[in-house]
Amino acid sequence: MISIRDVNHNIGSARILKDINLDIPRAGATAIIGPNGAGKSTLLNLVARLQPLQTGSISIDGQDVGKTPTAQIAKALAIVSQQNFVASRLRVRDLVGFGRWPHHRGRMGPEDHEAVDQALAAFDLLSFQSRFLDELSGGQQQRAFVAMGFAQGTDWLLLDEPLNNLDMFHARALMKRVHGVSRSGAAGGRQVLMVVHEINYVAAWADHVVALREGEVALQGAPEEILTSAALSGLYEMDIQVSEHQGRPLVLHHV
Amino acid sequence: MTPASAFSNTRASYLAMALLLTLLCGVSLFVGTADLPWAGNWLDREALKILLISRLPRTAAAVLTGSSMAVAGIIMQLLVRNRFVEPGTTGTTEAAMLGLLLVTLLAPSTPIFLKMVIAAISALIGMGGFLLLARRLPPSQPLLVPLVGLIYGGIIGAGVIFIAYQADMLQYLAVWMSGEFSGVLAGRYELLWLAGAMAVLAYFAADQFTIAGLGKSAGVSLGLNYGQVMALGLLTVSMVTALVVVTIGMVPFVGLVVPNIVSRFMGDNLRANLPIVAGLGGILVLASDIIGRVVRFPYEIPAGTIFGVFGATIFLWLLLSRPARAS
Repeated sequence: MISIRDVNHNIGSARILKDINLDIPRAGATAIIGPNGAGKSTLLNLVARLQPLQTGSISIDGQDVGKTPTAQIAKALAIVSQQNFVASRLRVRDLVGFGRWPHHRGRMGPEDHEAVDQALAAFDLLSFQSRFLDELSGGQQQRAFVAMGFAQGTDWLLLDEPLNNLDMFHARALMKRVHGVSRSGAAGGRQVLMVVHEINYVAAWADHVVALREGEVALQGAPEEILTSAALSGLYEMDIQVSEHQGRPLVLHHV
Repeated sequence: MTPASAFSNTRASYLAMALLLTLLCGVSLFVGTADLPWAGNWLDREALKILLISRLPRTAAAVLTGSSMAVAGIIMQLLVRNRFVEPGTTGTTEAAMLGLLLVTLLAPSTPIFLKMVIAAISALIGMGGFLLLARRLPPSQPLLVPLVGLIYGGIIGAGVIFIAYQADMLQYLAVWMSGEFSGVLAGRYELLWLAGAMAVLAYFAADQFTIAGLGKSAGVSLGLNYGQVMALGLLTVSMVTALVVVTIGMVPFVGLVVPNIVSRFMGDNLRANLPIVAGLGGILVLASDIIGRVVRFPYEIPAGTIFGVFGATIFLWLLLSRPARAS
């Protein structure tokens, strides 16, 4: 469980997060939704210690993010940020291999190679494992970075807008894989916490939803409870119809 | 390509690099103004003296300079996350020269080692200033970083020239700015071994530098001690720059061209390619020095000039033939 207590965050005089008290359960895949500027990415960055906490505390399965050495948190939590550009020319296999660095901090051992193989297989990257990153499409690069986070072998995997710049095919494929790794099985059940804008991907693949609005937690619960016409219309301040498709909510926000 | 063949390719390039370097070292020992007198089938004492006092140190100096500058270049490129920077184009060299100039001016009798330390501190400050500037530039404009670096270096360089002009010390600048090895004798170049040692030290942090090159969020996620890596990188680059400026003089483009060539063929995984970067740097600088020795025999052209001509050409080719997004 990730516990967030009394977290405030200001940038200049703008209050980005206001008194956030939130427990994120080990539910499988949890999605953070909300309008632009609601503080979703800031909250994710604070949990992942990418930005220093201003007030309050955050703990991951009992480990305080502010007090635990960063090398130790790296074994409990991995974050995949949005990749705007990739400066390094690494082979896909080497990149995913760096996900194992917190565990060996030197030479990779046999169990590290095995974890890399699993990550490459889970994200369908085996056929490009020897290609350089700059020879891949944007969607393939994104997949490689998510696979690196997965190879880190942490209980928690944080994804910041993983579907950005992906077309329908790659977005669905990535969500399917992320959903897959959040289920126990050969790959081990991982807890996924992700910021997602495309609400129907949340409807289809998330187990738990946290809705932020103007820096506060507006709603949280199972997708069927949150993704209702009334709740979403209030959250996004627009008229949103919700229908149903194969037992899952289908949000009609575009018409 | 399978991982296994990538591995054997790496091994083959290590081997080729070592062979070429050995060959060039051999050539370098036997090329020069003074003839090596032969006594029967073996070198006589006079020849041995030339070898030990002049040729061997000169060869070692060229290899050490090339290797350590190439390593400094790739470390700087990873820390700034930009392919088009090196100490010589971002003000680090100028800052080292400023420190060296001031200490020569104010306390000319300072021992050379202390001068080097002051030049290194000054280079460290200069590079730190550039890193602060570079951090504020948008990552989506990769060409902005080297341009700002050139301007920043130009401003420091102008200050250096002004002071040197006022103090009538311009001839010192000429020596520091044009790397050349004809003055290298045993006893006058040994500081360069320290630069070589810094490059070796950097190899132990190869993974950390590669991760730093992936950006801050990847580094934090992997639990990298960012400050430590940054400090080690700054120290390596500024020490190498100061040592080379103090002993040999600047050889332009080595730190820029060599890592770019290697990256093209082998990528940026430092653990695998740092030995290649160091080897190629040594080979190219040594080759430039040998060419400089023979092209107008018995006169010499500085290795820095030769490398500048070839380096600029290779760099233009890399810039123009590379897709724009590969920053």
